[in-house]
Amino acid sequence: MTKKKVKQSLTIDQKINRRTFISFGVFGAAVAGGVFGWKWLYNSPDEVKGITGGQRVPLRRALNKTEIAVRRLFYNENHLVKTYPKSMAAKNVRYNSDIGIEDNKPFDIAAWKLEVKKQNGETLNVTLADLKALPKTEIVFDFKCVEGWDQISYWGGVRLIDFIMHYNLHDQTRLQYVGMETPDKTYYVGIDMPSAIHPQTLLAYEVNAKPLPLDHGAPLRLIIPVKYGIKNLKRIGTISFSNARPRDYWAELGYDYYSGL
Amino acid sequence: MKQIKEKHSLAMRWCHWVNFPMLSVMIWSGMLIYWANDEYKVTLFGHTFFKFFPDWFYTKFHLVHRLSEGMAFHFLFMWFFILNGVFYVAYTLVSGEWRELVPQKKSFKEAWQVLLHDLHIRKMAPPQKKYNAAQRIAYTAIIVMGIGSVVTGLAIYKPVQFYYLTWLCGGYHFARIIHFVLTLGYVFFFVIHVVQVFLAGWKNFSSAVTGFEVINTKPIIEKAHDEEKS
Repeated sequence: MTKKKVKQSLTIDQKINRRTFISFGVFGAAVAGGVFGWKWLYNSPDEVKGITGGQRVPLRRALNKTEIAVRRLFYNENHLVKTYPKSMAAKNVRYNSDIGIEDNKPFDIAAWKLEVKKQNGETLNVTLADLKALPKTEIVFDFKCVEGWDQISYWGGVRLIDFIMHYNLHDQTRLQYVGMETPDKTYYVGIDMPSAIHPQTLLAYEVNAKPLPLDHGAPLRLIIPVKYGIKNLKRIGTISFSNARPRDYWAELGYDYYSGL
Repeated sequence: MKQIKEKHSLAMRWCHWVNFPMLSVMIWSGMLIYWANDEYKVTLFGHTFFKFFPDWFYTKFHLVHRLSEGMAFHFLFMWFFILNGVFYVAYTLVSGEWRELVPQKKSFKEAWQVLLHDLHIRKMAPPQKKYNAAQRIAYTAIIVMGIGSVVTGLAIYKPVQFYYLTWLCGGYHFARIIHFVLTLGYVFFFVIHVVQVFLAGWKNFSSAVTGFEVINTKPIIEKAHDEEKS
């Protein structure tokens, strides 16, 4: 009787030991695996600098895949950016960066012309007066910076899609990307075509109903509300169209190429 | 006599221990992002009591100038954080374990008694099943907070595509604030949780890994013997 009882309690002890051993074994292995996996990811090499750069290889792949997955699942060009009454627009529009438009760089605003490069090599030169002759569109929206701040601001200009239609560039919209660069070519962005021809994308020449000041990108800048501020290039020098991703200043520095909202 | 008492199901333990590193990475990468526009502070009557965060904090934890890195980590680990959370909620619903987790009518009253008991002000704790009233509230609140983080996160991640979520969160600007405050909530939860785990001791911690607790029950024969003595 006593013998059986001892044996029985041993079985429970054995069970306890066995389950404890297995559980902690698996737990330890999972912790080790997690630490190892994290170290692998954290110490993975940076991508070779090309159209994108400055990011760990697996993270860049994840950024691209995530963006494409989210776009496929949810993107709808009919989704418009929320607009506000003009009275809500900031009087002092925040100015965050002067890359490509630095004060010490010589720039003759009167001599400025927008250069449009078609894929077949043809170029088109457009003056500010030409642009102002096209239908004007205004937008008051919440401008969003990748840093995390946002500000309601009021812009005026020509819708990029109106510009494209007017200059018979429809065939160019069959290509996948639009590239824009400052005249000095030190700041440049690449925009996917659906975002470029989005009905709220403007070639802006006014802010708060006045001509753009130099630090906001006079005479012409991109206002693309479906993207973070980093894509809203100031002082557009050239516009080009291509199927390959155009170079992009911040994508080379580790940011998501699309940076869409 | 020893007995094995089943406590935490495998799915529960799995979700718990996956969530811990996922949430840690989300908070850390979120800090890298927040640094780029660290405008939140506690101000009352024009006096700033605390700024999120002081400079020493950023330098100590190497959070400076790492926005693009933070975003890349954040937008990868969000998938795992969300999937793990969805799995957990689905599991508790399907298995019926939610019954032990969601607060009952009496929980809100009892939670005070639990708090007073834990602070050694009250002697008796209210009777409970697997989780006491305070735990029920905390473990349900943390899930609601998780859902809140996902919703506010999506609202600031794609405010145009998920415009209805952004609207739901009171706009882009406010959504970012909620997203931040919820993160402070996790840190608060974590501190209390770890203190409680320490106080509860090794047996309790071990059960979060093994899933069972060992309880000692006196065999009936001995009990009868004891009664005879007394």
